[in-house]
Amino acid sequence: MLHSVVVEVMALLMEDLDRADPVVTRLFPDLYREDPTGSEELRRYTEDDLRAAKLDQAAALLDSLPPEGGPVTLTAEQAEMWLRTLTDVRLALGVRLNLRDDTDLEAELDDAVLHDPTSPLVGNLSVYAYLTFLQESLVLALMG
Amino acid sequence: MAAAALDTAVAPVEQTSAFGEDEALAARPWVTVVWNDPVNLMSYVTWVFQTLFGFSRDKAERLMLDVHHKGKAIVATGMRERMEHDASRLHAYGLWATVDRG
Repeated sequence: MLHSVVVEVMALLMEDLDRADPVVTRLFPDLYREDPTGSEELRRYTEDDLRAAKLDQAAALLDSLPPEGGPVTLTAEQAEMWLRTLTDVRLALGVRLNLRDDTDLEAELDDAVLHDPTSPLVGNLSVYAYLTFLQESLVLALMG
Repeated sequence: MAAAALDTAVAPVEQTSAFGEDEALAARPWVTVVWNDPVNLMSYVTWVFQTLFGFSRDKAERLMLDVHHKGKAIVATGMRERMEHDASRLHAYGLWATVDRG
């Protein structure tokens, strides 16, 4: 499951970035809020590096997953790659799920399950909730 | 830290005010702003501030709470290119950061 959502984000990063896609604008925000032209100009210098960094950290997460499954032990450096990749995946899912500050994830999930327990929405909300739990546990472990 | 940087910026603004708006604007430092978003976890944002800027846990938490409650926080002040660099680094960690005039 983790593997497949990371691969999905990597696929998006490897394509031509479509600025009309809100996931792309969230992962690659304008540097100047009120100057789209200046931001566009700067992007020519920053976008490739940022994209490469995001792809590298996603690949690092996949590399650290044991092929047969089972427990994962991470170095501090790997844990950082995990946190950064989990963020990108959660940001992408969050945009697709139209999450807002006041979204009650549990209530959304309950509604979705009642409506159709086999729907993709239930799957996406569950994955998001799981990744949130995973990221919170990992960051708290790193902060000690 | 932000307060000290602001103090140094105020003096030149007053001195150059006679020369008009452009000079006054040029004397204001640039800042890196982090904006609130519905996805990033409070713990993660705190960790990013500590990791990227070397802030103490207390300072990182204070800034994170500003982002959370006020919608944004200034996390760095300085030269324009430096702020662009900092904002880009924050983007690599998935935070929503922009560059602006202080």
